[in-house]
Amino acid sequence: MVPLSAYVAVSAILFATGLIGVLVRRNFIVVLMSVEIMLNAANINLVAFSHYLESMAGQIIALFVIAIAAGEAAVGLAIIIVVFRGKISTNVDEMNLLKW
Amino acid sequence: MTDLLILAIPVFPLVAFLLNGLLGSRYSHDIAGRIACSSVGLAFAAALAVFADQLQTGVVREVIAYRWIFGGDLNINLAFLIDPLSCIMLLVVTGVGFLIHLYSIGYMHGEEGFTRFFTYMNLFMVSMLLLVMGNNYLVLFIGWEGVGLCSYLLIGYYYDKVSAAKAATKAFVVNRIGDAGFLLAIFLVFYNFGTLDYTQVFSHASQLSPNMATAIALCLLVGAIGKSAQLPLYTWLPDAMEGPTPVSALIHAATMVTAGVYMIVRNHAIYDLSPTAMTIVAVVGGTTALFAATIGLVQNDIKRVLAYSTVSQLGYMFLGCGIGAYTAAIFHLMTHAFFKALLFLSAGSVIHALGGEQDIRKMGGLRRKIPWTHAVFLIGTLAIAGIFPLAGFWSKDEIMAHAFVHQHYVLYAMAAIGALLTSFYMFRLTYLTFYGRARMDPHRAEHVHESPMTMIGPLVVLAGLSVIGGFPGVPPENGWFHHFLHPSVAAGAAEEPGVSLGLVVSLMGVATVIALTGWGVAHYLYRVRPEAANQWAAKAPAVYTTLFNKYYVDELYDLLFVEPTKKLGQAWDWFDRTIIDGIVRGVGEMTEGGAWLSTWIEKHVIYAGLNVIGYSNHLAARVWRRLQSGMVHHYAAIIVAGLFILVHLVIIWWTTGMAGFGVALK
Repeated sequence: MVPLSAYVAVSAILFATGLIGVLVRRNFIVVLMSVEIMLNAANINLVAFSHYLESMAGQIIALFVIAIAAGEAAVGLAIIIVVFRGKISTNVDEMNLLKW
Repeated sequence: MTDLLILAIPVFPLVAFLLNGLLGSRYSHDIAGRIACSSVGLAFAAALAVFADQLQTGVVREVIAYRWIFGGDLNINLAFLIDPLSCIMLLVVTGVGFLIHLYSIGYMHGEEGFTRFFTYMNLFMVSMLLLVMGNNYLVLFIGWEGVGLCSYLLIGYYYDKVSAAKAATKAFVVNRIGDAGFLLAIFLVFYNFGTLDYTQVFSHASQLSPNMATAIALCLLVGAIGKSAQLPLYTWLPDAMEGPTPVSALIHAATMVTAGVYMIVRNHAIYDLSPTAMTIVAVVGGTTALFAATIGLVQNDIKRVLAYSTVSQLGYMFLGCGIGAYTAAIFHLMTHAFFKALLFLSAGSVIHALGGEQDIRKMGGLRRKIPWTHAVFLIGTLAIAGIFPLAGFWSKDEIMAHAFVHQHYVLYAMAAIGALLTSFYMFRLTYLTFYGRARMDPHRAEHVHESPMTMIGPLVVLAGLSVIGGFPGVPPENGWFHHFLHPSVAAGAAEEPGVSLGLVVSLMGVATVIALTGWGVAHYLYRVRPEAANQWAAKAPAVYTTLFNKYYVDELYDLLFVEPTKKLGQAWDWFDRTIIDGIVRGVGEMTEGGAWLSTWIEKHVIYAGLNVIGYSNHLAARVWRRLQSGMVHHYAAIIVAGLFILVHLVIIWWTTGMAGFGVALK
């Protein structure tokens, strides 16, 4: 039996990996993928606690999260395509118009 | 009934004045002239009726037309006093005035300001009637000022002529000096008596202290001197000849200028109390009579000679007043009104005939061309020169005789020399105008014509009056005139010393000799040997020049009074411009400066404060906006950092702030 702490540890490692990817990588698509990793870390957590607490609520929420992640990926990719058409680039550092 | 007549006398000319003045432009000159003349004629008729009543009853009448000022101690009515003195004045004013109005219709015919002329003349009649009829000093003063105003208006009748406008101003200003004295006299009278009514003032006059009587008398004299053109205020009268000739005759010979004499005679009760004032009056009169006569000797303007003659004759009247011969003064006033009006009007006729020429050097030989004018002018000359038995002889002789009998020998001598000069200059005038060869341009000589009947008619009447005007005063000191006037002037008059018939006759003889001598000299100089006159003048050039320039009195007054007054005016003008205006401008500039300062403060202090707030916000924003780098990474990093801090805070809170919860977690 795999203890809960192992799930939580995997989840934490995945989350940290995603977070670092979001903060460090310049490519928009990679950043989007890193966000997906963080969402999945959360999903592992939810499912692990659901199994540990013997409650189905966590797993249902995980399903919601997967649906939302799909939506989010669709919207994110659409934005990336639009931006790419204007900028000919997917470098996040060049997307700096939202400032003073 | 009589009261109503008395009231009607000044109302007639007043109505005519209002009609012509307000509506005169709506009807023809002809109608305006008729209205003006008939109003004065009616006034004359009313005056005659009042005179007849006065003769019959001898009652002094006082008529109150209107209660004018009343309150406290002051009670003044617009009221009239009819006594023998005002009766004589009324007859002279309205009678001579009527004749002159008639004459003016012919003389002023075709003038543009015809209606204006008669309007002023009627206003003058109203004022003059108020002057002689008033029963108190204030009504007298109103008339006094009114005639002064009309004099001003009529001297300046040809207002587009600079000399006329200046002469009018001069007459007005000089008269104001006299009026100031007269006003002071009125104040003094009111101060002493508490009333201005003649009857009350004169009945209490004896209570005056001698000094106060002298003061009042002298103040009145100043007024009389101004109005009657005596030394030293006579200078306006010769210049007043700028007005039309009928004006000179009516205002500046027959009536207005005699107002001073009338006023002194009216106030004889006060003068009788002050021998000093009497002496001054007599000296002023005597000096003026002589002084003006000498100037008259050499003048070349026909009207100016007559003007100086008027000043001189008024001097005789003052002399008469000053020696207590009030009746004689009024008598001379009356005869003078006749013959001087006659002389002026016939001079006007001469001027009319010559088309405006006034210089006697350019006349001569007019006797045959204008015989009527010549005849009446000659009668006037004879009358004023004092040839027996014309009007001037009786009245002038009476004043001189009175002076001699009362031992005023110096005054008598002055009057006698004055009479000699008068006779001389009047015959000189007659000879130069009507005799000898004609000296005018040939062109002008052709157009010489006799005046129309409207002018000759009044002249003939006045000539008749000049001949017979002296007979009411015959025999001297005891004639009908004296008895009639006695109630008005007798009170307090000096006791008559007994005068022998021989003295009276010999004085008359002397007067006649004097008059004839003057005539003879004039005859010699201007008829027998016409070149002699210039030789005489050349022998004493200094005297001639001085006389010709009227003793330089006008120049002296200019130097002493007119120029300093102008200078003073300029000084005040400077003061006004520099100091007063300076203060005003200073206040303005201070306000402007204050406004500028406020603006500056607002701009630099208040706005600065506001700007500091704005700029500091701006600066702060410049720093803080750096947070918004626009880089998604930064935002993400901040979010993570915030999350990290929040999580820590929550953990600390749980572990320390809510211990039980922390235990449960374990």
